[in-house]
Amino acid sequence: MFQADVGKATVEVLERLGCEIDFPMGQVCCGQPAYNSGYVKESKEAMKKMIATFENAEVVVTPSGSCATMFKEYQHIFHDDPIWRPRAERLAAKTYELTEFIVNVMKVEDVGAKLNGVATYHPSCHMTRLLGVKDAPMTLLQNVEGLRFEPLPNAHNCCGFGGTFSVKMGNISEQMVDEKVDSTERTGADFLIGADGGCLMNIGGRIERRGKKVRVMHIAEVLNSR
Amino acid sequence: MAMKIGEGKFKENVNKNIEDTFMRGAVASAQERLRTRRLDAAEELGNWEEWRSHGEEIRQHVLNNLDYYLHELAENLQKRGGHVFFAETADEANRYISEVVKANGGKKILKAKSMVTEEIGLNGVLEEEGCEVIETDLGEYILQLDEHDPPSHLVAPALHKNKEQIRDVFTQKLDYKMTSKPEELALYAREKLRQEFLSADIGITGCNFAIAESGSVGLVTNEGNAGLVSDLPKTQVVVMGMERIVPTFEEFEVLVGLLTRSAVGQKLTSYITTLSGPREEGDADGPEEFHLVIVDNGRSKILGTEFQSVLQCIRCAACINVCPVYRHIGGHSYNSIYPGPIGAVLTPLLGGYDDFKDLPYASTLCAACTDACPVKIPLHELLHKHRQVIVEREGRAPVSEKLAMKAFGLGAASNPMYAAGSKMAAAMMKPFTKNDRISNGPGPLKAWTEIREFPAPNRERFRDWFKQHEKGGGEQ
Repeated sequence: MFQADVGKATVEVLERLGCEIDFPMGQVCCGQPAYNSGYVKESKEAMKKMIATFENAEVVVTPSGSCATMFKEYQHIFHDDPIWRPRAERLAAKTYELTEFIVNVMKVEDVGAKLNGVATYHPSCHMTRLLGVKDAPMTLLQNVEGLRFEPLPNAHNCCGFGGTFSVKMGNISEQMVDEKVDSTERTGADFLIGADGGCLMNIGGRIERRGKKVRVMHIAEVLNSR
Repeated sequence: MAMKIGEGKFKENVNKNIEDTFMRGAVASAQERLRTRRLDAAEELGNWEEWRSHGEEIRQHVLNNLDYYLHELAENLQKRGGHVFFAETADEANRYISEVVKANGGKKILKAKSMVTEEIGLNGVLEEEGCEVIETDLGEYILQLDEHDPPSHLVAPALHKNKEQIRDVFTQKLDYKMTSKPEELALYAREKLRQEFLSADIGITGCNFAIAESGSVGLVTNEGNAGLVSDLPKTQVVVMGMERIVPTFEEFEVLVGLLTRSAVGQKLTSYITTLSGPREEGDADGPEEFHLVIVDNGRSKILGTEFQSVLQCIRCAACINVCPVYRHIGGHSYNSIYPGPIGAVLTPLLGGYDDFKDLPYASTLCAACTDACPVKIPLHELLHKHRQVIVEREGRAPVSEKLAMKAFGLGAASNPMYAAGSKMAAAMMKPFTKNDRISNGPGPLKAWTEIREFPAPNRERFRDWFKQHEKGGGEQ
């Protein structure tokens, strides 16, 4: 809804690599905002909807490590449900985060993207720690022509998004995102690249509020740059 | 002082502490140092993931057979002439220890660092009885001098203070006249404490791990103070949380290795002491009387529940050292002697939701804690479990949030409503939108836009674009 460009870039990059893309219009939110706030019952409705919607897909690719993690979590959430658990397991087995899919499934490390400038990369928490996708984004980014990388200090620290945390604990979130923005600025990068919409909306929103010049880009947009 | 260390609300504490630039500087630099050391030590050992799994397995085995090992521990210690007391509550533990002190005419009590004695508030009780209680761990000593400032970290209790602040404490409270060099400060404290060691009546220590097979108590320190506290005074009291136990010395070795590497990045600390009851004939030193106080204080209620794994904790503070929330708010914000991710899980279990229900929300669920834990406690999952209990079992969530989440349940799960919502969003947000940005949003966006810009919903929805794109046969 708020990041149509990321969706478009994802479709275009995958099509260029020869994939046939379907976007089932029946899909909704993965349920994480309610689930992480403790509303497990409410979130299950969204989860069931998602499981059913993607039942016929060969693979499911999402440009968000956090949403992919959630898809893989469904099987544990429905662990005592004999009907939904097997369906959730099948969904988990065929779900991939975008860069993981390109590098590990399609075996492509260079998508032929070009972007001039200096970049730094923020590794999102759920994607690296819970999904275990650590290297795929940098593998792809290092092959983007014209892009030079500067390491982000304390990159491992969360940006302070955390879904409802960002508003529930706004004062703490502000300190966390400020440190992330300061670290980004110290690298002298033109672009801050990430692979998760939530983190980027948080860091990007703070960068704009503070009037900083760094441009925040989703990795799909970078890979779609020609 | 007991487990709860303040009366302020969590949010008030946070607002106060994020203004404390000294504390935040001290915490950030300590985090970076301790994190790097831990990672280096793990790499040097090799096969870290296998060691973690082994540690987890040992801790789970003990928790699943806790009654058996507690019995074995008590029996073996009693055989060697030690006294064992099971305290169901903090009060029971404090009362027993007070009686031991009185019976021995104890006036001067030396303590080695122990979180469980902080948890039960032992020092305050003994001081009320007219005893002089002296902390001998350097960090605890500093805090005690500084008007009983509470600990802000499990391993480095004075982590929130920098060396200049420590110098000021020594100068104001004692006759210190040197600089803020750590070596000078430590040497001074050592000289002061050495005099105390020689004149104490009772020694009180905690327990890192008790060893069931031999009825021993294992203590891990870098300062050697626990050894002196347990060797010199005539009467020795050890206070342990009931879950801090290992079957044999073999598991002791594994867990000590995980503890010292995770806590301070050392293969071993400078001193690892095991005590096995009172002095026996022919022993050169050791206490004449030995008491082991095993504290439950709410732990047995956690056993067998979905939160049992929190009892695997070996108090290394690795989770605290990587927590991005703790980094900015410091330990005192949590209102508990157990701060950080482990504290946010454990404190509400021991102290209840009335005082501590904000703590499980003081996390982005980034899972850095879970990743760092040497005994694989799924800390971020336990934080999430607390939230679920607060919402579903306790019914303590704010009404506005409940309504919003109910709407989420209905709206997100229904595709027509979700799709319509995304269509309406752009129109609804138009009055608040300037240059595709929302700077002062309505309703739930208000809190977000107090800190950051919010992207206006795209005028061209992805869904509409995709439909057009499909019609075009995928051509660009």
